Amino acid sequence: MEKEIKALRIFFTGVGGQGTLLATRLVGEAALEEGQPVLMSEIHGMAQRGGVVESSAVLGSAASPIIADGEADVVIAFEPLEAARALPKCNPKTITITSTNRIMPFTVAIGQSVYPDPDTLYRMIEPRVAALIRVDADELASSAGAERSSNVVMIGVLAGTGILPLSKKSFERALRHVLPERLIEANLRALEAGYAFGSRAGRKLGRATIGSLTHTTV
Amino acid sequence: MHELLISQTDRPQLLMGNEAIVRGALESGVRIVAAYPGTPSSEIIDSFSQLGQEAGIHVEYAVNEKVSMEVCCAAALCGVRSLCAMKHVGLNVAADAFMTLAYVGVKAGMVIVVADDPSLHSSQNEQDSRFYARMSGVPMLEPSTPQEAYLMTLEAFRISEKFATPCLLRTTTRVNHCRGPVKIGTIQPVKDLSGEFKKDPFNLVVIPAVGRKLRLDMLERAPKLLAESESSPLNFISGKGEFGIITSGVSFLHVQDAITAMGIGERFKILKLGFSYPRPTALIAEFLSGVTKALVIEELEPFLEEAARLSAQISKLPVEIGGKGEGLVPMAFELDPAKVKVAIGNYFGVSRPAPKIYEMPELPQRPPNLCPGCPHRATYYLMKTVFGEEAVYPSDIGCYTLGILPPLRMADFLICMGSGVSSAAGFSTVLDRPVVAFIGDSTFFHAGIPGLVNAVSNGHRFLLVILDNGTTAMTGHQPHPGVELGPGGRIEPKVSLEKLVRGCGVNRTATINPLQVKKSLQVIHEFKDGLNEGGVSVIISKSPCPLFENRILKKKKKIVFKTDESKSCADCKKCLTELGCPAFYVESSEGVEHVLINESLCIGCSVCSQICDSISPRRIS
Repeated sequence: MEKEIKALRIFFTGVGGQGTLLATRLVGEAALEEGQPVLMSEIHGMAQRGGVVESSAVLGSAASPIIADGEADVVIAFEPLEAARALPKCNPKTITITSTNRIMPFTVAIGQSVYPDPDTLYRMIEPRVAALIRVDADELASSAGAERSSNVVMIGVLAGTGILPLSKKSFERALRHVLPERLIEANLRALEAGYAFGSRAGRKLGRATIGSLTHTTV
Repeated sequence: MHELLISQTDRPQLLMGNEAIVRGALESGVRIVAAYPGTPSSEIIDSFSQLGQEAGIHVEYAVNEKVSMEVCCAAALCGVRSLCAMKHVGLNVAADAFMTLAYVGVKAGMVIVVADDPSLHSSQNEQDSRFYARMSGVPMLEPSTPQEAYLMTLEAFRISEKFATPCLLRTTTRVNHCRGPVKIGTIQPVKDLSGEFKKDPFNLVVIPAVGRKLRLDMLERAPKLLAESESSPLNFISGKGEFGIITSGVSFLHVQDAITAMGIGERFKILKLGFSYPRPTALIAEFLSGVTKALVIEELEPFLEEAARLSAQISKLPVEIGGKGEGLVPMAFELDPAKVKVAIGNYFGVSRPAPKIYEMPELPQRPPNLCPGCPHRATYYLMKTVFGEEAVYPSDIGCYTLGILPPLRMADFLICMGSGVSSAAGFSTVLDRPVVAFIGDSTFFHAGIPGLVNAVSNGHRFLLVILDNGTTAMTGHQPHPGVELGPGGRIEPKVSLEKLVRGCGVNRTATINPLQVKKSLQVIHEFKDGLNEGGVSVIISKSPCPLFENRILKKKKKIVFKTDESKSCADCKKCLTELGCPAFYVESSEGVEHVLINESLCIGCSVCSQICDSISPRRIS
């Protein structure tokens, strides 16, 4: 049985230095491993100096790498405030996966604005999307002995949910392809930790939620 | 082996548009590459720089775009294929060379990559560089995807060589920084770099008499290029519907998604233009004659739209043509599938479900910021301490432009590379206020030197501060002529900034380390007094970019700084309101606010501890 997917748009958002672009690339490489059409879009340059970093991966039959407002099927947020900021990209069928680990914007750190209570942020998102999955990515990464691989944990979670028609093996191969030798072992553990978490979350979501994003043909 | 040098594979490679261009050029036998970095084009020269030696080709970081083009065109005139790459505004810098190179032409393939930045992700304007093709008569290709970027690079070299003209490869951010599968071919090994030069001054030295002749030659070449464009497979029609869409670049992708999502794909016929200059007017007319009405969907200016209207007029076609206009295709900023849906829906009267878009919640902003321990912050703090709000601060292009943000607010004027120096001359002539201009080291080499020489020779009175962090930081730490750190560690700079400044005729100059607050303040005060005597003075504020230095020297952090809560430092908050390092944060306990330092962010630069007694170092193991 060969899977064929309709357009599946994944929007990534995080803060400069969190490894957003590497995470995006892992999804792309995994898709390529399975011969799925994929395009990714990144923004480099000035925005990366401590600002918001956004990228996208578009799988399946979509032609454009840009995700317009309301058109994200999945949002992967590496930071809860950025998960909320990505709300205009979402629609009622979107699945948002967010790290619960906060990074204070400078405006907050110096007391010029207030970082909202995380539960307030989640309440902004949860009723407006099909599902919100919260992941303590730093904790999962450090218990896997891979402190600096929270970004790979998040990709593990995405892989584990089964939202993408891509196997775990493909993500592992992608990781081996992209990372230097010395980083592979730790990151495989981070991927595994995320994957186990994602599998449990995926089972809770059920077929209906996930099925509305993807379809399977023989 | 560098990943862009691998041999042909069955599995496509996942390449960024910029990497696809590099691979295409390598397969085309490029032997000379030169560029000044500029987002979104930088990864082209960076990749070439990484693999140049291994591939046996000559790669250089040029001091600016004009220089890169002149280096490359000379090689191409000697029969050596060359490539230069630049961002859109870089082509403005190179325009003087470009416009007359279009007359002279080349003997071997020469490709000029120009990367536009619609939506100004990392630029000062969103000019449409396609008009440079029209202005110069140079052919231009416009890819939509990384795969096309690769193929069109091959094609650009072929066209360049066939018509003995440089060829433009025009991209946009979403092509340069799009990653997608690319099926690669074979690279032929490079034997050597040697070329051949035949003296031919009456074709190569463009004095007026030669220029007149070459101008006519160029006009004679134009119809041949047009014929090539008319028959190019890069320009193609798909679909059979009654409605027409003319498009190019990344917009072509948005159009496909839009009509598919709207479920109206079968009603459309699309003309995709990949060889977009000369614009194939006959092909466009043929396309227009087969549709009831047509919409031109392109980013920025109505470049193809004008061609469509021209084609219709020449061929006397009664077809209705739409493009830029109210409710149709916006002029400003990038397009996306949603904007394209709106334009198509409105123009063709196709109803479309208007999705409800969630509003952006009120959230704290996360603007980009100078890094913790950035020496630019220290320099701005020092200058503001001495010159205050009274002075006018022309700025320039680089990381340090972020000095515009609070709490520093140290940028008053900026238009382009080098404008900091030259505009200071204008400001100081008509204002009775101190003028202190800022320019980065790389930007000074790129475009600041003529401004400084001009200021000296015309007797202007201002202080120029060269922010020397030893690298081209903003675009990814590329080298420049004054760098003192190379891949292996410390190196002798090729050009000394101090000597260069003196060579420009500046007599009053000093180098400070902005991380040494007291010493630096003393020098700056002296320079302030010196301003009254007239003339141009220059302070070189020298301290390496910590990100870059750590990458090269792999220094381990030995100390961090901490605030002493018992000294109730939170009362003054000067460290926040005057310095504003991102390592600071405020925490309240029992109703009292304390300023604390995030030890993992602090890099131990020590500047804050020199301006506040409550901050002290802590050794870390």
